[in-house]
Formats: sequence, C-alpha cells, structure tokens
Amino acid sequence: MTEYITLSMILFTIGAVGVLVRRNAIVVFMCVELMLNATNLALVAFSRQHGNLDGQVAAFFVMVVAAAEVVVGLAIIVSIYRTRRTTTVDEASLLKL
Amino acid sequence: MLELAWLLVAVPLVSGLGLLVWGKEGDRVGHLIGTAASSFSFIVGLICFFQILGRDEGDRSYSKSLFTWIEAGPFHVDMAYTFDQLSGLFVLLITGVGTLIHVYSIGYMEHDARRRRFFAYLNIFIASMLTLVLASDYLVLFLGWEGVGLASYLLIGFWQHKDSAAAAATKAFVVNRVGDVGMALAIMLMFAQFGTTAISEVNVSVNAASTSTATALGLLLLLGACGKSAQVPLQSWLLDAMEGPTPVSALIHAATMVTAGVYLVVRSNGVFDASEAARNAVIAVGLVTLLAGAWIGCAKDDIKKALAGSTMSQIGYMMLAAGLGPAGYAFAIFHLITHGFFKANLFLGAGSIMHGMDDDVEMRHYGALRAAMPVTFITFLFGYLAIIGFPGFSGFFSKDKIIETAFGHSFWVGLGALVGAGVTGFYMTRMMMMTFFSEKRWKEDVHPHESPKVMTYPLIALGALSLLGGAMMLGGWITDFLEPVVGHAEHEELAIPAWLLSVLITLVVAVGVALSYVLYSREPIAAETPADESVSFFSRAGRHELYGNELNEAVVVRPTRHLTRFLVFLDGKGVDGFVTGLADRLGDASQLLRKPQTGFVRSYALSIFGGSLVVVLALLAARLA
Amino acid sequence: MTAFWILAPIMVLAALGLVLARKAVHAALCLAIVMISLAVLYAAQGAPFLFAVQIIVYTGAIMMLFLFVLMLVGVETSDSLVETIKGQRLMATVVGLLFGIVGVLVIGQAVTGAVTGLDEANANGNPYGIAKLLFGPYVLAFELTSALLITAAVGAMVLAHRERLVPRRSQADISRDRMREYAETGRHPGNPPTPGVFARHNAVDTPALLPDGRPMPESVSASLVARGQVRDGFDDDVDDIAKAIEPPPHAGWPFDQEGDDQ
Repeated sequence: MTEYITLSMILFTIGAVGVLVRRNAIVVFMCVELMLNATNLALVAFSRQHGNLDGQVAAFFVMVVAAAEVVVGLAIIVSIYRTRRTTTVDEASLLKL
Repeated sequence: MLELAWLLVAVPLVSGLGLLVWGKEGDRVGHLIGTAASSFSFIVGLICFFQILGRDEGDRSYSKSLFTWIEAGPFHVDMAYTFDQLSGLFVLLITGVGTLIHVYSIGYMEHDARRRRFFAYLNIFIASMLTLVLASDYLVLFLGWEGVGLASYLLIGFWQHKDSAAAAATKAFVVNRVGDVGMALAIMLMFAQFGTTAISEVNVSVNAASTSTATALGLLLLLGACGKSAQVPLQSWLLDAMEGPTPVSALIHAATMVTAGVYLVVRSNGVFDASEAARNAVIAVGLVTLLAGAWIGCAKDDIKKALAGSTMSQIGYMMLAAGLGPAGYAFAIFHLITHGFFKANLFLGAGSIMHGMDDDVEMRHYGALRAAMPVTFITFLFGYLAIIGFPGFSGFFSKDKIIETAFGHSFWVGLGALVGAGVTGFYMTRMMMMTFFSEKRWKEDVHPHESPKVMTYPLIALGALSLLGGAMMLGGWITDFLEPVVGHAEHEELAIPAWLLSVLITLVVAVGVALSYVLYSREPIAAETPADESVSFFSRAGRHELYGNELNEAVVVRPTRHLTRFLVFLDGKGVDGFVTGLADRLGDASQLLRKPQTGFVRSYALSIFGGSLVVVLALLAARLA
Repeated sequence: MTAFWILAPIMVLAALGLVLARKAVHAALCLAIVMISLAVLYAAQGAPFLFAVQIIVYTGAIMMLFLFVLMLVGVETSDSLVETIKGQRLMATVVGLLFGIVGVLVIGQAVTGAVTGLDEANANGNPYGIAKLLFGPYVLAFELTSALLITAAVGAMVLAHRERLVPRRSQADISRDRMREYAETGRHPGNPPTPGVFARHNAVDTPALLPDGRPMPESVSASLVARGQVRDGFDDDVDDIAKAIEPPPHAGWPFDQEGDDQ
C-alpha cells in the first residue's frame, strides 16, 4: 500500500513543480491534471485499504469536476489567446500595481 | 394711525425684498418703488408723530405688541413696538433724510446697471433702522441692529468689483461684530439678571440691581455702541466705509446708522443713570473720539474721508452729551438730529461735487468750484455754517448746549469739547477753501457742472433744514418734549452766564476758521498730496488715522494670527500628525507588502505550494510534539 | 504487484517528460501515458469502473480536448526555456524537492495495518457498489455535479463565443478584394499551388516549384513555416529532374511520341 501512496506523492510533486516552472498555459493545465490524477490514485488506494468504495466515489467526483474545470479553463485560454495572441501565463500579469 | 405704525417697517421691507427677487423688468421702476416705499414710511411717521404731539404730555408713548416672538417658560419676548417722543424723532429723521437720499440716488445712481438692487438695499436699511428705533425689547432692537449692519455691509461693498470696496465691507462687518459681541453679552446679562429683555423693564429693574451689574451692563452696551457708531477703539471701519456710493455714506455712515450707538445709550438711560462708572466711560469715549475725529478730518485730502472724520467727531459730541446723564440726553438727540441734517447735506454735496468731477474725491484736484456748481456751493455753505456752529444755524444751538453741559460737568471735559469746536471750524474751512475757493487745480478733461435737479432739490431741502433745525430748541422745546423719556435734570448754573459762553465758543470757532483761512489762502495749494516726510507729525498721524489700523494690527490681528498659526501647527503636526502618521506608516507597510505582488501567477502558485509545505510541516511538528 | 512495479517507473518518467518536454504536443503524449497507466493501476486495485471512466473520460475526452486546443492555439508557440521570473525555477525545485521528501517520508508511511481489500465491497460487482453509494448517500453531490457540468458547458460557450462586429464577407467581396490586390500589388488572384505537386517531392513540407525552377514559399502551410519545418535545400532538384527527363538512349517512347504527332 505504501508504494501506491509514495507513487501518488511523487506524481503530485512533479505536477506541482511543472505548474511552477512551465509558462505555456496549456502545459500548466496538463500539470494540474497530473496533480488531480495523482490524488485519484491515492483515493483509490485508500479505498482498497479500508475496504469500502467511498474513495472510488470521491475519485469519480474528482474526475467530473476536473472535466468541468478543463472545459472552462481551456475556453479561457482560447479567449485570452484570441485577444493577446499568446498562451504564456506570465503575459497575463496585470493583477498588480 | 399709531396702531398701524408697524407699516413703517413692513412697507420698505416688503419693497426691498420684492425688488431683490424681481427680475430685470423691475429695473425700469425699481428706484421709483423704493423711493415710494420710503416716502410712504415718512408720511406714516409724520402722521404718527403729529398724533403723539396732539396727546397730553404724559401720554405720548404708544406701545403695541404685534405677536409673541419667543415664549420659553418665564421668558417672554413680544414683537412689539414703542412709538414715543424719542423714537418718533428718530423715525422722522430716518425716513425724512432717507427719502431725500432716495430721491438724490435716483440721479446719482442713474448710470449704474444695478440701481434696482441699490434701492432694495436702501429700503432694507430703512426697515432695519426703523425696527431698531421702534423696538420695545432689546432682542427686537438687536434684530434691527444686525439688519442695519447687514445693509451697511452690502452697501459699502456695493461696488464689490473694487478690491478696496470689498475689503472695506469686510472690515466694517468684522469690526461691527466686535461691538455686537458686547451687545449680545449685554442682552444675555439682562436675561440672566432680570429675566427680561424688555427695554422699559430693564431700565426700571436696573435700579434694584447692584452697581457692578449696572456698570457691566453699561460697559457692554457701550462696546456695542462703539462698534456701531465708530467710536474709539472700534472707529477704524468708518473711514474705509467711504468706499460705498456717496448716498450710502450720507444716509448710513453719517445721518442715521452710525448714530444708533447714541440712540442705544440714550434709550438705555436707566442703565447709565445707575452707574457712574459707565457714564464716565461714555464721556471718555466721546471726548477721545471727538478730538481724534477732528484731528483726522484736518489731515485727509479725500473729501469723503475728511467728512467721515468729521462724522466721528460729531458723534463723539453726541456720545459725550449722552454720557453726561439726564442733563445731556436731550442735547445728544438734538445734536444727532441737526447733525443728521447738515452732515447728510454735506455728504450729498460732496457726492454732487464728485458727480461733476468725474468721481474724483481728491480735494487737491478741486478748487474754485463755486462758480461751476452754484447750487451745490450754496447748500454746502449752509451745511458748513451749521457744522461749525455759526450763530443762527442749527449746529450752533445743538453744539453750544453740549459744550455748556460739558462745562457744567467738569471744566476739562468742557475744554476738550471747546477745542473740538475750534478744530471743527479749522477743518471745515479748509475743506471749503480747497473745494470752492482758491485757484483751479482740475485735472485735464474734467468739466465741472451742476448736478441734475433730482440731486439738487434734496440738497436744497437739507440745506434749509440745516439752517432751520435749530428751531427745535426754541423755548427749550426739545428738552421738554423728550423729558418723559430721558428723565429730568436740573439745569446747572455755570460760573459765567450762558450768553457769554456762547460768545466764547463762537470766538474759538472764529479763531479756527481764521487760522485755516490764513493758512490756505496765503500760498497756492499743491495739486498733489505732499509726501509724508514733508509734513508735520500732526498731519502725518491724521493721514494715518492716528495709527488706529496699525494699533489694531499690532494689538489684535498679529497676536491672533500668531495664535492661529500656532494652533494650526499644533493641529497639523500634533493631531493630524498622529492620524496621518498612522496612515503613512500603514502606507509604508503596504508598499513593502506590495513588492511580492508581481502579478505573475506562477509566483503566487509558488507561495501556495510553499505554504502547503509549511502547513504539512506544522502538522507534523504538532503531531510529533 | 507486478503491474505496479512495471508501470510505476514508466509513469514517473512520463510525468518528468511532461514537465521537461519542450513541445506541448510531447507533453500531452506523456500525460496520456500516465493516464493510461493509471487506468491499469485502478483495474489492479479493484476499481474496474474507474478504469473504464479513466480511459473514456480522461484519456478519451479530456486529452482530446487538450489536443484540440493545442492545435487551435499552441502549435505555433513553443515554450522558451529561459526563465523570466528571477529565482522561480530554483525555488520551485527546492520547494518541490522538500515537499516530495516530506510527502514520501511522512504521508507515504501514514498507512499502517493490513489491507482490507475490496472483495466484500465488490461482491455484487464494482459498478453496482459505486452506484449504490452514488445514488444513496452521495445523491445530492451527484446531482450538484450535473449543475456544475451544465454551468461549465454554458460558461465555455460564453467564453469562446465571438461577437460578430463586421458583416460577413461574401464570396463577391472576397473576389473583389483579390482582383483589387492583383491590380495594386500584382499578387496572383488564383489559388496558390499545392505544395510539392509539380516538384520531385509531393510532401506537404515541400514548396511547389515554379516553372523556372524556383520554390514557391506560399504553397506551404503557414503553420509549418512558423514551426520551421519547411524542407529546403533542393537547388539541385532542377538538375535531377532534367536528368530524369533526359530520355535514356534506349527508350523512344513516350518522349518522342508527342513530336511524332506534330
């Protein structure tokens, strides 16, 4: 069981670092997906550990929410690309003084 | 008619306010309406006056309450008026001279685009002044008191596009406020001590009060009177007030409003009778102002300012008489009325001269005007003879009596008044010499001409009054007439007979006149004012109004300014400093916190990620601990 | 356990590839590998329903969506590897390493005790058990997800919708513009030639050759030009073609047949 959790942690950390270092918004998004998937793996593993299916249901919900998030997020990326001709997250840095 | 005497106030007030709110179409008839309102008041006043004349001597005071103004527990103020001998004379003076000046202004202000507004202000002044003299309660009197102050302010600053006029108006208003503080405090003291502010009740109950109360009351009232009547030490505004149109100077700053202080003292005779200290203060103020005004009148080259100095001086005479107690009250009022006639005459004459001289007020630019303006000259001459006290003219009777009573009070006071009469002769002769005699010193392009009839007729009327005003003294009529109001005093016999004193006074005046004549006819008068350095100390001081402004500046204005600056400093650095300092430090802290706000999403994500690491470590630490 | 030990290294490598890949498409492919491997791991852990959902929803739908958007906007842009925020990469690495170490050492060891296993829970079949939970205790959350999905769909439509600001250009407009441009600049009004058709190479990355032998850049897709994937270096092509056209001495047909006709 420990190895599943360990793998989950490793994937999560890699995804998080990816979010921090990549600048292409789409790749950043993929890294977020990777983090979500890593947590799903942990949930499924916990589900087997405890012998009930609540973990799997939680993973299912995560997938649904992730799907919704991807749809909206990608739409935002597309509309930003349309106005600014770029998908670099650093370009959208107007939220400051 | 007496029960309708409130119309005296109501008609000019309604007319004045109506003229103010009426639009441009009122310009055509505004001056006529204003004059008609003033004439109406005069006629009503005349009828009322003859009605009380027709009554028995003891029954000549008529009071009527229109409505209750203030009702608060035991305190009760009626909107009431009293038409008695004193206020009757005042009503006639105000409305009579006022109407003449209205008529005169029709011509004088003909080319002013805002003539309707001018007449509206004049009417408001008439209404306020009548409120002042008709009031039977100090609070109502105060209403009129402030009303005339307002009208005076508006009229001095009537040409407010001139900076000097605007400043003069402000100065008059501010200095008057100082006097009004005294007036307001006096009314509060009355209320606190006697529980009433009705004039008749105060005059009675002051006898039962302590002398110190009466003295305090008297001094406070005197402060108010000083402010309104331009007496030392609140005299400085009157000379500047000459910035207003000349009819205003004649009506407000010579004939009527400035005498309100004298009226107040006479009206409050009960208070002053009860306190000798207050009376002496009035005498001192009157005497000092009398001499100071005459001094200033000798030195000024501006005809209106010279007349203003003379006004101060003459009001000083009235104050002096009023301070002499029951013996002098009637003479104060008598001189007030005759002064109202001849000073209005002189001012309107000055206005007529200015009218012909392109609004030049500098006497050094006049000279030999008697041929160019015969009517003005003759009427001005009447006013001149009246003011110096030429035998037979009104001023002779009124001033004589005051000096005589002053000698009866004390030799030195009488001497001061006598010297003042001599100086009056000097400065008035100087004015005559510089204006109507001597040689021409006219500016180029100035063509002196006589004023229109609408201006000269009032002059003729006032000239006649200057001559005939003394008739009121025939057989001691005015003293007897006013006795029920101001009280009776035994005539004090002097060491020398009265006729001898009159001759003496006339001689002193003649010396002043002769001195002036010699001085100003011996050598030609310079067309420009000589520099300050080339004239004697007396002229220099007189020109600078005896350094009254400088004194005010040094004693009041500058310390107050320093105090204000200190308080502003305290407020800015202390109170505000704390508050703004707090805000500034917060701002600095925010500037520091602003630095991490790069706007880069990835920086924020890094913070979140680092934060979650810290949270995990903290949980772990808590777990292991 | 065999599946885990085979798949785990692949997944870690693919995840690293996702972070390190220079091109977004490569990153997407790496992510797909991770997802499919995850699906297998789900199956191995007694979650056949999630296995199917992972393949269908994630790998099938979401990844395709990613690729769509990538093709729509991102193909022409490739990440520059120069970091713009000072210290960001270093800090990210440090924090990431710390986080990983703490996570592996602490959370990884959090699970103790014997594995219960899902045999009992899956007695009636895994989908049955999940359905029982979804439509039982979790029914409210399940219904809420429907609202979330609807909102997301509408939101995406609103965000991606573009208001028409100018009237649609008709075919007549387009042809008029083309003729005007021809008159003003001399640009040919017809379609550009398709890449490579008349040249030796008929691949899309090869420009067409003009009759005088010059390559025509306009014939290649703009995307390929932007990515620098246009083939070049065919100066010798003309010679090659000429050589190819040169009739071999032994062959008469078809080269001289035309001449015969005339």
